[in-house]
Amino acid sequence: MSQQKHHSSTKMVPVPTNSIVPERDINDIPVLETRHLGIEFGGLKAVDDFNLTIGRTEIAGLIGPNGAGKTTVFNLITKVYEPTSGATLINGRDLHGLGIAQASKLGIARTFQNIRLFDNMTVEENVRIGLHNNIKYDMFSGILRLPRYWIQENRQHEKALELLHIFGMENLADERAGSLPYGVQRRLEIVRALATNPKLLLLDEPAAGMNPHETEELMENIAKIRDQFQIAILLIEHDMNLVMGVCEGICVLNFGRVIAKGTATEIQQNPVVIEAYLGKKKEGQA
Amino acid sequence: MKLTKAKRNKLIYNIVTFALVIGAFLILQSMIANKTITRSLKGQLVPICCWIVMAVSLNLVIGISGELSLGHAGFMSVGAYTGAVVSGLLMHVYDIQDPTLRLVIAIVAGGLLAGIVGALIGIPVLRLRGDYLAIVTLAFGEIIRNLVNVLYIGTGDGRLYGSFLNKKLPEGITMLVDGAKGAVKIKPISTFTAGFILVLITLVVVLNLVNSRAGRAIKACRDNRIAAESMGVNVTKYKMMAFVTAAVLAGMAGALYGLNSSTVVPTQFTFNQSINVLVFVVLGGLGNVLGSVISATLLTILPEMLRAFADYRMLVYAVVLILVMIFTNNPTIRSFLNRLIAPFKRKETTGGDAQ
Repeated sequence: MSQQKHHSSTKMVPVPTNSIVPERDINDIPVLETRHLGIEFGGLKAVDDFNLTIGRTEIAGLIGPNGAGKTTVFNLITKVYEPTSGATLINGRDLHGLGIAQASKLGIARTFQNIRLFDNMTVEENVRIGLHNNIKYDMFSGILRLPRYWIQENRQHEKALELLHIFGMENLADERAGSLPYGVQRRLEIVRALATNPKLLLLDEPAAGMNPHETEELMENIAKIRDQFQIAILLIEHDMNLVMGVCEGICVLNFGRVIAKGTATEIQQNPVVIEAYLGKKKEGQA
Repeated sequence: MKLTKAKRNKLIYNIVTFALVIGAFLILQSMIANKTITRSLKGQLVPICCWIVMAVSLNLVIGISGELSLGHAGFMSVGAYTGAVVSGLLMHVYDIQDPTLRLVIAIVAGGLLAGIVGALIGIPVLRLRGDYLAIVTLAFGEIIRNLVNVLYIGTGDGRLYGSFLNKKLPEGITMLVDGAKGAVKIKPISTFTAGFILVLITLVVVLNLVNSRAGRAIKACRDNRIAAESMGVNVTKYKMMAFVTAAVLAGMAGALYGLNSSTVVPTQFTFNQSINVLVFVVLGGLGNVLGSVISATLLTILPEMLRAFADYRMLVYAVVLILVMIFTNNPTIRSFLNRLIAPFKRKETTGGDAQ
């Protein structure tokens, strides 16, 4: 696997939050920094003291057993939930008090564990929603069909097709999003997220329900996204082949707490991680 | 830009909608010129235009923005009263006798005030999720009806007087709004042409809005709020946009409606009337603008045509509604209808949806 080569350039760095930022990104402001992030639901600490720093072009993985709080972390970063403690910084800007849409404007984009496409819209329209804040015109230009409407609609159309082309989906532009096969829907969600021009892309179980062939394609796409768009990616995934193959840094969550951080090899050999996945006193590979 | 299948369908849909409305107008105009039109139908022409505008604008809220609003008649009421007062004011105080100019100003004023009221309601309510909008708009409709019931507005010596509960109004002024008697002594200045133009404006506004960046955002908020927000769409803003636009259009329809007769009474704009418009929208199909136009037209004419049945009128009306529901929503009947029209279609399309 070509992705393996990234591992050599990755190492633990002594940044304050004890995270794993690749060397090439160390001199940049981290795209994501969470400090002691936590949320309680009626006394239950779903996520507690979550610290993570992601470099500008890093691919990081967030893994953990079911119910560990991985998606909750995503919901905290994207402001679906307001954290009860700690802070999230995107490119050094605190997200405190911002809404989901405002967080998106700062450069966070995500996909969902259960696909959330606009099923009744076409593929192109889905991508155009992603372009909402990138290629704009006001309501009156739209109603009165002023020149600005035609210019910007054309730009949206071209940009949407360009993005779809990168993922080999331009021939599907007029299909209804809800009628696409599962794997293609997942890919469309990624394209739609990329259309928002993010700095950090959060992928929530992108390989769920995919066959091995599709997963391999996804791995190539993830690396391609990072190289072509020069953005950071944080992904939640249960498919360990994908996580170990593509992620430079991995963070393991269990019962809402980080139990390990490191490179793929470090994580695979970490006894705490093995215990979390397989239980005590058992030999095995995670 | 190459015309894709989806875009072609949209274009055809829009052309059919406009062609139908313009065609109907031309036929009716020629019937009026030839005097072949019945008196009852002629009297219905302006109300039909008003109800079309009401239905299409409510469809923007319910079908396209996905929020249930039960107080649409309230906005119509605001528009009707504003229109009556503004028209009376222009005639008595500013001495503008040209009816067309008065009508235009009255309609614009009715739309503006209804829009402001819509914004005032929408700002707090559209931030919430769930059925709050339905509850608040329902209450709004009732509040407006009760307010105008005790509203007194009069004009005299070039001044405008207004009060609630008829206090402190001087003697000998010309009353424009007289409490429970409603807006009185209106000079009917609405014309079918004005109604037709208002319908065209409504169709242009709604269809162009739906097929634009803002319209896509509105539909995205309806289909999946979290996903839309995650794409950076300001959900409250776009729900407001749809709601206020609909309120403005309803206000304009109200002004036209109010200026079509000599009086406007508060009981004309009850909860029943809001539900009536809702029936137009649901029957025509949620999100289907052309459907709203057709159902508003037919269901406005139908009760008049059923006058012969006298007591059984509303019964027949109800049966017709139920039958239409069954015929348009029953999968078996739908597939049967689809098979009937299949030979005329090249390929199966979703059709009938203004998206």
